[in-house]
Amino acid sequence: MKLTGAQIVMECLAREGVEHIFGYPGGANLPLYDTLRQYPQIQHVLVRHEQAAAHAADAYARLTGKPGVCWATSGPGATNLVTGIANAWMDSVPLVCITGSVVSWLIGRDGFQEADITGITLPITKQNYLVLDVDDLAGTMREAFHIASTGRPGPVLIDIPRDLQQAETEFEYPEKVNIPSYTPEVEVESGLIKKAAQLINEADRPLILAGHGVIISKAYDELKELAERANIPVICTLLGLGGFPGSHELFMGMPGMHGMYWNNIAIGEADLVMGIGMRFDDRVTGKLADFAPKAKIIHIDIDPAEIGKNVKTTVPLNGDVKRVLTDLNPLVEPSKHAAWHARIRDLRHDHPSIAIPNVDKVLPQYVIKKIYELSGPNAYYVTGVGQHQMWAAQHFWSDNPASFITSGGLGTMGFEIPAAIGAQFAKPKDLVWSICGDGGFQMTMQELATCVEYELPIKFAIINNDFLGMVRQWQHNYYDKNLQSVKMLQPDFVKMADAFGIAGLRVSDKSQVEPAIEDALRHPGPVVIDFEVEQEEDLFPAMPPGAALSETIDQPKFAEELEKVSTP
Amino acid sequence: MTTHTIVALVENRPGVLNKIASKWRQRGFNIESLAVGHSEIPGVSRMTFTVDGTRTDVVQVTKQMDKVIEVVKVVDLTEHNMVHRELALAKLGAGPKERGSILEIVDIFRAKIVDVSAESIIVEVTGTEEKVDAFLEMVGPYGITELVRTGRIAMTRGPEAPMTIDKSKVEAHKFRAAGEGKAKIGTLI
Repeated sequence: MKLTGAQIVMECLAREGVEHIFGYPGGANLPLYDTLRQYPQIQHVLVRHEQAAAHAADAYARLTGKPGVCWATSGPGATNLVTGIANAWMDSVPLVCITGSVVSWLIGRDGFQEADITGITLPITKQNYLVLDVDDLAGTMREAFHIASTGRPGPVLIDIPRDLQQAETEFEYPEKVNIPSYTPEVEVESGLIKKAAQLINEADRPLILAGHGVIISKAYDELKELAERANIPVICTLLGLGGFPGSHELFMGMPGMHGMYWNNIAIGEADLVMGIGMRFDDRVTGKLADFAPKAKIIHIDIDPAEIGKNVKTTVPLNGDVKRVLTDLNPLVEPSKHAAWHARIRDLRHDHPSIAIPNVDKVLPQYVIKKIYELSGPNAYYVTGVGQHQMWAAQHFWSDNPASFITSGGLGTMGFEIPAAIGAQFAKPKDLVWSICGDGGFQMTMQELATCVEYELPIKFAIINNDFLGMVRQWQHNYYDKNLQSVKMLQPDFVKMADAFGIAGLRVSDKSQVEPAIEDALRHPGPVVIDFEVEQEEDLFPAMPPGAALSETIDQPKFAEELEKVSTP
Repeated sequence: MTTHTIVALVENRPGVLNKIASKWRQRGFNIESLAVGHSEIPGVSRMTFTVDGTRTDVVQVTKQMDKVIEVVKVVDLTEHNMVHRELALAKLGAGPKERGSILEIVDIFRAKIVDVSAESIIVEVTGTEEKVDAFLEMVGPYGITELVRTGRIAMTRGPEAPMTIDKSKVEAHKFRAAGEGKAKIGTLI
């Protein structure tokens, strides 16, 4: 069967089971657009900026477990994808990004809208390709999906010159992928598994630090079995939230810079820390020299380069979380760790960390907590980056697996709107909340048009404190109150929503919080709620930059007014 | 801090050298020397890097290198019993008067004259970096007008062969060399 390059791309996408492409047209990918209508099973989603295409594909991939696909034209189209690709790279999300490139004879000659996108994305892709022979195209597409989705997932980019998209060749879909230098599946030595089990069985004060790997590997049951078997408290990293049921008595919430105080202290006292599908990021460990000083470390991760990168490992278990835990669990003996649990109960009692003060102001964390309470057990939450993100993470105690989508590694402001679009396409029947910062919202708010065009009923909650809140807090606390470039002149978000054809609500009083959320939930279409929250609320707990976990500052304010509204 | 000799077998494809060099750059390493050429397997190139760093840092980078899809194998040969060599070409200003004494030094170092003209000679010297350094020091007074060194290449002594790839793997897969068949853009490697 003779096909054009563009048809080969579409044919391969169809065979990979792709249903949505997030993209934006331009001169160098027009042949792809010309082919779209021949493939009605694949829906193209027209975003308003290419960065949004990458973020939408990112969230879509996290919720479907399949590689997200985005495409753009050459030059600025391709470079606009870069932030989204870097985001997926840092958070191990499988993406296949297809960029049109200038015609092959102009490559390297600074042609109109030419950018060396394979060069630019080299450090932020798992693999990238510049295809220069139409006969290589099908094999490259197949390889790209294989590499993006196996092992530690990540973004893959394919750059295809426009003339190649138009060139014809005999289409042959490669049955197998054969990359001898790539071995994503690794077997863990049984000796190491035994050694790990022995450490667990001997431990008096064990802790589990569960990360994104648990979700990627869908090892929910295995993690639960391990935790319950030996009665081990489970701390979830930011990206690990949703890997363990929030209502479970062993769930401890988040650790680290803005994690629960009790976790940061417990890590310092633990005699065994099991890092499961996580990478001991600096926001989790604090000052490395003082991280878990009394603990032996078991580290389960599929990426061998993660083991020993930040923290010295006692027993490395280099493999897929689900497989490793399947082998490990039967060797773990039942245990109570009663004294350890009593100690943790005391810590939680004395330092409630995320209790919300009962005041008349509209506190941002109160708004977020109410959204969680009123949205039912099956909602999905996408956040931006900053204070609101951390409050959203601190109060996230859902049992719905993988329902918390956030930009962890790269910390990309503006992620919240396009990622919510991708999430809604992945979960068309479910409720999707986009919890936004007023700063991040203004970075990608053009995508509200995309929501309207595709009738996506996303609920946007702008946690609007009129500040770049996290930066304000840092300037206030660590830069001698020298507030610079953090007070923002805001547009009228309600009028703006109206201009896009979206229902807009404003909340400026605590009594309006619940009714506004309920109104939004009842409304069948997208809603923007502008929550005018307390402007200078600080986020706590907080670990000062460069400090150790033990130096975490718990709530210094409102000490007498604490009213426990969360799980203690 | 010690000097490490890292050897990598890589698929001979465009962009691979860039990807690997980028891993060192990301970690702030300075590559002291780099030599690249074909290996015994068609389509597979062999790269030899020397870098200065602590063992922990170097292990980290080699793990990162191993993640580059086209990298078939990476080994740090530093702690192996190995032979390592470098080749240098030095152009010396040498009229008829100096030639005799230069020839003596060339002889001692078992170097070779590979080009002679009325005003200059080119000497080829092979050996460890220390030997090449010593040679250059000796001929320095005659005036080195041009110098090129290949960088270190290395191989383990005896039957030990940490760089060997599983033969069945090699036979099952034909490594695709760059530029096979049609003309392609991009440099070799």
